[in-house]
Amino acid sequence: MAQRAIREYDGKAIFSRHWEKYFSGFHYGFKSVLVTSGKELLEKAEEHDFEWLKQEALVAKPDMLFGKRGKNDLVLFRTSKPGDVTLAEAAKWIDAKMAATTTLLSGQHGHLTHFIVEPFTPHAQEQEYYISATTVGEDDVLYMSAEGGMEVEEGWDDKVNEVTIPITMSDVDMEHAVRANVPTDIQAKDKESFVSFAIQFFKFYRDMNFAYLEINPIVMLDNNEMAILDLVARLDDTAGFMMTDAWGDIEYPTAFGMEDQSPEEKAIAEADSKSGASLKLTILNPLGRIWTMVAGGGASVVYADTIADLSGDVKELANYGEYSGGPTTGETKFYADTLIDLMTRHKDPKGREKILIIGGAIANFTDVAKTFTGIIQSFDENVEKMKEHKVKIYVRRGGPNYEKGLKDIKEAADRLGLYIEVYGPETHVTDIVRMALEK
Amino acid sequence: MAALFTKETQAIFWNNNTSAIQRMLDYDYTISRKTPSVAAIVAPTSSSKFEKFFYGPDEIMVPTFKNTAEAAAAFPKADVLLNFASFRTAYDVTMEAIKIKGQFRTIMVTAEGIPERLARGMNQAARDAGVTVIGPATVGGIAPGAFKIANVGGTIENIVNSKLHRAGSCGLVTRSGGLFNELSNIIAINADGIAEGVAIGGDRFVGSVFIDNLLRMESNPEVKYMILLGEVGGTEEYKVIEAVKNGQIKKPIIAWCIGTIAKHFSSGVQFGHAGASANADAETAASKNAAMAEAGIYVPASFNDLPKKIEEVYSKLKAEGVIIDIAEPELKIVPAVRHAKEFICTISDDRGDEATYAGYPISSVATPDTGFGIGDVISLLWFKKRYPKWATEFIETVIKTVADHGPAVSGAHNAKVTARAGKDVISSLVTGLLTIGPRFGGAIDDAAKYFKYANDNGMTPAEFIDYMKKEGKTISGIGHRVKSVRNPDLRVSGLKKFAAEAFPQTPLLDFALEVEKLTTSKKDNLILNVDGTIGILMVDMWRALGYSEEEIDGFIEAGTLNAFFVIGRSIGFIGHILDEKRLGMSMYRHPTSDILYNVELAEEI
Repeated sequence: MAQRAIREYDGKAIFSRHWEKYFSGFHYGFKSVLVTSGKELLEKAEEHDFEWLKQEALVAKPDMLFGKRGKNDLVLFRTSKPGDVTLAEAAKWIDAKMAATTTLLSGQHGHLTHFIVEPFTPHAQEQEYYISATTVGEDDVLYMSAEGGMEVEEGWDDKVNEVTIPITMSDVDMEHAVRANVPTDIQAKDKESFVSFAIQFFKFYRDMNFAYLEINPIVMLDNNEMAILDLVARLDDTAGFMMTDAWGDIEYPTAFGMEDQSPEEKAIAEADSKSGASLKLTILNPLGRIWTMVAGGGASVVYADTIADLSGDVKELANYGEYSGGPTTGETKFYADTLIDLMTRHKDPKGREKILIIGGAIANFTDVAKTFTGIIQSFDENVEKMKEHKVKIYVRRGGPNYEKGLKDIKEAADRLGLYIEVYGPETHVTDIVRMALEK
Repeated sequence: MAALFTKETQAIFWNNNTSAIQRMLDYDYTISRKTPSVAAIVAPTSSSKFEKFFYGPDEIMVPTFKNTAEAAAAFPKADVLLNFASFRTAYDVTMEAIKIKGQFRTIMVTAEGIPERLARGMNQAARDAGVTVIGPATVGGIAPGAFKIANVGGTIENIVNSKLHRAGSCGLVTRSGGLFNELSNIIAINADGIAEGVAIGGDRFVGSVFIDNLLRMESNPEVKYMILLGEVGGTEEYKVIEAVKNGQIKKPIIAWCIGTIAKHFSSGVQFGHAGASANADAETAASKNAAMAEAGIYVPASFNDLPKKIEEVYSKLKAEGVIIDIAEPELKIVPAVRHAKEFICTISDDRGDEATYAGYPISSVATPDTGFGIGDVISLLWFKKRYPKWATEFIETVIKTVADHGPAVSGAHNAKVTARAGKDVISSLVTGLLTIGPRFGGAIDDAAKYFKYANDNGMTPAEFIDYMKKEGKTISGIGHRVKSVRNPDLRVSGLKKFAAEAFPQTPLLDFALEVEKLTTSKKDNLILNVDGTIGILMVDMWRALGYSEEEIDGFIEAGTLNAFFVIGRSIGFIGHILDEKRLGMSMYRHPTSDILYNVELAEEI
């Protein structure tokens, strides 16, 4: 998966956990809570170390990966004037937001479920700065601006200084480069601190295996007190095995507006996590007519491409996914069971046949006959449902033992009275899509 | 070098992935390679010295090593590392390999999901060192008719069907490994196969990218046109477009980016590999396909039309005379059923006209006119080498020296007692031989082991004596019951004299004599005895013959020194047994007067 977004709260928690090591000389309070209801917020305020929720003015906002919360009017920081939000008001606001569907300016819509609540930090606009780092091409790039806040994206080129840091650059050279490129319009009194913070920020980003890390704005208060007002972070999750302790308990939420995974998708994901093989399933349209059970990542993409291209209507494509890496017969059967169950829940509105594409390229080492055994077992169990929904099966596959696999699946379908067409490597990999759609 | 691999290319395979290695060797056999494409295996946790694999109907042994450095030292010409380590260790394995100067030209990394920052560092280090990295997250690549990486091409049947057994005209680069096979098949059906192909890998950061491979193919005269199968996400295809526009690439390219589906789904669904996610409009498959078409690259209307496009370009090049017909080579067929051999023999062979000792027919070593003595036969059958005359003479000297030491020593005594019990020669001899061990005859082994250990670790004679004292061990090879400095053991004097004349040098004996000086200064009879002298001189012999210290340790470990004693003393034992048979002495019973009886009534518990 590689780069995955994490919640603002979790990002700040990672900062807090490593603050002393990376940001010596600066202070960060990490007063922050993540809640999923107003009630939870009120309960949190009763806990030790969270008295500030009752004592200070608060800011509340959704913590669900999307940005531009200010522009979407989803930041609660005032009732009548900035900095007067009480605990009770914050809790009420959260419950109100959760009760209704939220539509963002971008058109995404869904229900808000997670909120981050923090103290309101009074400060002046001049104290706000911008800093972020990410990977561009093969290099890291550090972005710095004297202008924090949400305006930074407008006029990016004028306001933001970039420092490109190749992977092999030494710390000395990196520090020199950051110093040389620090925005000239940073207040003189903050400049030295900012340089120092930026250098430490980059090291932190690098060592913690962030793929993207942005604070906008970072507020430099008196006495080197730092306030991270808004944070966006993505981690390189492939580094997870060496970062278990450093990251702590990290959750990778689904993007806002993407409906939460269905139970079937979750079940496949769980089977995937327990298997040496790869099992993936995304339901694109539960009412779709064409279902795919494709072996291999590359092949699954070209089947999806071809179905969208040749059907002329992407809504025909019900799912996307793959099984690969030598799944066991049991795993393949489970995958097939899941797909057949999903595709036989709704009749096609126009009364047409359902199409099941059992596709795949020529396997490198997966035993085709073995994986097909699992599919055949699933046919045996689900044959009545499949007939009821007029499922037509198109098979194309090559690789180790493919002749036997194709023969077995053809015989099974014929025995059960299911419609099937079977092709091997002599037929172009995606040509069964054309055949299925032309009928 | 224009071609990625040749028919001489050999690889070191990191991880004992037997099925992948077997597929490489099956491929080698099919295309009649002279040497196997896998020279050695690195298997850090394996304790065996080799792995057996089929090579056609026969079996071969591929040596295994604990680490890459050892394997590289043994096979300096193996310039490809096939890194099959997991995502946890693949980075370390690659970095270690890059640091072995002048060894590897290509490192293929199969692991998927190496932390991105490590992958970037690894790829850059390889580039700086002039090493081509294929992968990570790849099935590899192939130069048909020359060298195939691991599982590329799948089964041998598919390889032949996809014409991957001999070079065609196409240079193929894909991101996906699964579709690499498929493309090879499409190209075999619609054109004449591929000349060279690489799946660059599905991770976001891969070592060699499309342009690296296409530029190499541009300069490879066997490649007449290229096929590029890209993917949604990233901007690597634009480097190719640039190279076509500025004339760096002149050969025709057919290209397609998969993942056109992604445009229908704004976010959240990851279609394909980790690297496959469009962050900008230019990174979408549709944009890249359009941009490539505009640059004059052959782009089909859809993936389903790719075969037609390949056929079209191939026919055009053929009509122009750029591509000529390829003669189909003869193939050796790997037998469908093969049996692994239960036993291995590497010293002698009785299958020909005449049985051989390490390749020498028996008749060529047996009679006096051959100039071969028993020392030569031992060197052939024990060490699979022809030793020089001084060494075989030393072996014979040792055998003669240890042949017998009278009837009173325990082994000879046991042999005699058994013979008198009426047992046959073999039983009596075995009784004697079974006595040989740590106390009887074993001093040869231990002397060689401990003196060598001291010498290898740079101990001074005094430090060695101290060390043995601390270990609580007497020094094997030092001390004699009756002989002393003033009454020297003439067998030892003989061995020393021979060594002084015949051996190129005797560093371990020199060291032992220094030790002897110290021990005899304490006690007169603490001389270097005959066992010690033999063990120590054997080590000097092997050193002078060019064996490594590890090999010599292996000889000692295997009990080779004991074997010299066994072979020599068997002569004496048999002498004693035959003596008994001749004398016809009756059954021996030890006199009770010679036994101290001290038996108490057993206590009840």
